Amino acid sequence: MRWIRKNLVVFAGVLCLAYLILPNLVVMVFSFNKPNGRFNYEWTRFSTDAWEHPCDVADMCGSLGLSLQIALYATIGATVLGTMIAFALARYRFKARGTTNMLIFLPMAMPEVVMAASLGTLFLNMRVPFGFWTILIAHIMFCLSFVVTAVKARVMSMDPRLEQAAQDLYASPLQTFLRVTLPLVAPGIASGALLSFALSFDDFIITNFNAGSTVTFPMFVWGSAQRGTPVQINVIGTAMFVIAVLVVVAGQLLGSRRKARA
Amino acid sequence: MTHDSSGGEVILSGISKRYGAFTAVHPLDLTIPQGSFFALLGASGCGKTTTLRMIAGLEDPSSGTVSLSGEDVTALPPYKRPVNTVFQNYALFPHLDIYENVAFGLRRRGIKSVKKQVEDMLELVELGSMARRKPNQLSGGQQQRVAVARALINHPKVLLLDEPLGALDLKLRRQMQLELKRIQTEVGITFVHVTHDQEEAMTMADTVAVMNGGRVEQLGAPADLYENPGSTFVANFLGTSNLIEAEVTGTSGDDLLLVAGGQKLALPTARCSAKTAVGGRVLAGVRPEKISVAHRDDEDSIADGRNRIPGRIVDSSFIGVSTQFVIDSPVCPELEVFVQNVDRDSRLVPGAPVVLHWNPAHTFGLDAAQDIDAGVQEVEAA
Repeated sequence: MRWIRKNLVVFAGVLCLAYLILPNLVVMVFSFNKPNGRFNYEWTRFSTDAWEHPCDVADMCGSLGLSLQIALYATIGATVLGTMIAFALARYRFKARGTTNMLIFLPMAMPEVVMAASLGTLFLNMRVPFGFWTILIAHIMFCLSFVVTAVKARVMSMDPRLEQAAQDLYASPLQTFLRVTLPLVAPGIASGALLSFALSFDDFIITNFNAGSTVTFPMFVWGSAQRGTPVQINVIGTAMFVIAVLVVVAGQLLGSRRKARA
Repeated sequence: MTHDSSGGEVILSGISKRYGAFTAVHPLDLTIPQGSFFALLGASGCGKTTTLRMIAGLEDPSSGTVSLSGEDVTALPPYKRPVNTVFQNYALFPHLDIYENVAFGLRRRGIKSVKKQVEDMLELVELGSMARRKPNQLSGGQQQRVAVARALINHPKVLLLDEPLGALDLKLRRQMQLELKRIQTEVGITFVHVTHDQEEAMTMADTVAVMNGGRVEQLGAPADLYENPGSTFVANFLGTSNLIEAEVTGTSGDDLLLVAGGQKLALPTARCSAKTAVGGRVLAGVRPEKISVAHRDDEDSIADGRNRIPGRIVDSSFIGVSTQFVIDSPVCPELEVFVQNVDRDSRLVPGAPVVLHWNPAHTFGLDAAQDIDAGVQEVEAA
């Protein structure tokens, strides 16, 4: 009895983790399935076919490549723009500051479908052909808010005396920015960038409204789910999950080693 | 230390700082001689830190000029001025280790071989073993020493210290005061030290400028300021003073003769900073430790020619080396007196009638038109 009470927190924690990870595990397990029909919803028998031939499904790897490409460009665009906006909002007092602050927040608060539809209307009226560029513009737009929020919090919490100290120690404004400001704000920029990549990669609603005939990976998954789900989708899903976990673990290890060395 | 610290003279001429309608520093002229330990003392918001930041270049003066060793640096940005600052709360770079923090200034000036200098500097502040730690792994006192090392390694002409000991506890503060004074004597660099702690200023500085409301109230050596305060603010802010409102009745030799509450007092004319005329009013001040307390029964044994005031003990507190009395007198309420605990008179308890007496030469005179309590609140708030 006492043992249970003592370990209640651990128990609750494990349950929470299970709740979070179980869907991923199902995806992972079913990536080794060999389904009888077109739908991969029932366990039949173990097979590594899908892992050996991940690109066997028509158009899937093309859409995956496109999604990765868009996610990469959107991340770069949103991170660069967002970081600059965050600095402007945190450091300077200008007329449109309040308005900008609110507008930046809007994409996060607004229902995605509304934003998607209005963007679609805008592109249509401006006669911009739907495709790669409209998707990229849309993605940069909604990723921007997350980068700004992450970086701004970091800039605001930075002691202004650190930059003054750098200047006092003979660092020119550029050196101050590169040697002091940027390293201190970097965690915020990194988290904004990672978030952008994840958001852009798996975005479906906004992409669907602004893609025209272009097919990104989430759109491909959605489309194929109507006609049958190839096991290869599970393979990609599992691979993404494993890569994400590896990145996080590597980051943790790097951080703890740096701490241990210090 | 083998470097050229010559010409570390700071001259401020007519510098002021306004923020919109608020004037932080009124036009100020100040000469800080080379190699001196100079303190800017005042309560928070008196403009002392703003003055310091204008010397560092972190704040642009609204008017006036700053010159360092004869060169006008008013237009120079902070990274081109040969001064370094020890910031309040140190402002150590959290992402760099101690070694890199100390090396920062050298590296920015493109000096390649920093190893020897950084190691020597860390030795000077006794932190050689901490070189690879991050600032947040150090105690407050150690961080403070890193901040000093990081500034001193650049051999600035002037070292600016902005409340450098404010975050330390009392015991460590005392220790660092002596340490900083030792370093200053050793390196011979001009130190400009901003503080709200009057004891700190008096312990460390050769010259103290007492600031109030964006102006320098008085400037001088600590002992001089303490003995001859020029205003009620200085009298109350530096230590405590008993200020007695009195009327001038005449002169006798070098002394002014006063009367307060029917009691005759003498004040050396030379120690009165106010313009006086017979019939005019003046504040007669005397420091608590200059006053002796005698029981009323012993009044006859007090030597002639001493200023004396009758009163009654309201409160007495024993604080080891001395006893602190609060005495109510018809001449002045709540007089403070510190008496050394040499021979304690057991009759001196609250309620006892006493006579206070002191050498008239220890009296100073101030203009009665000022606020008698100026500077009192600030000490408590600090």
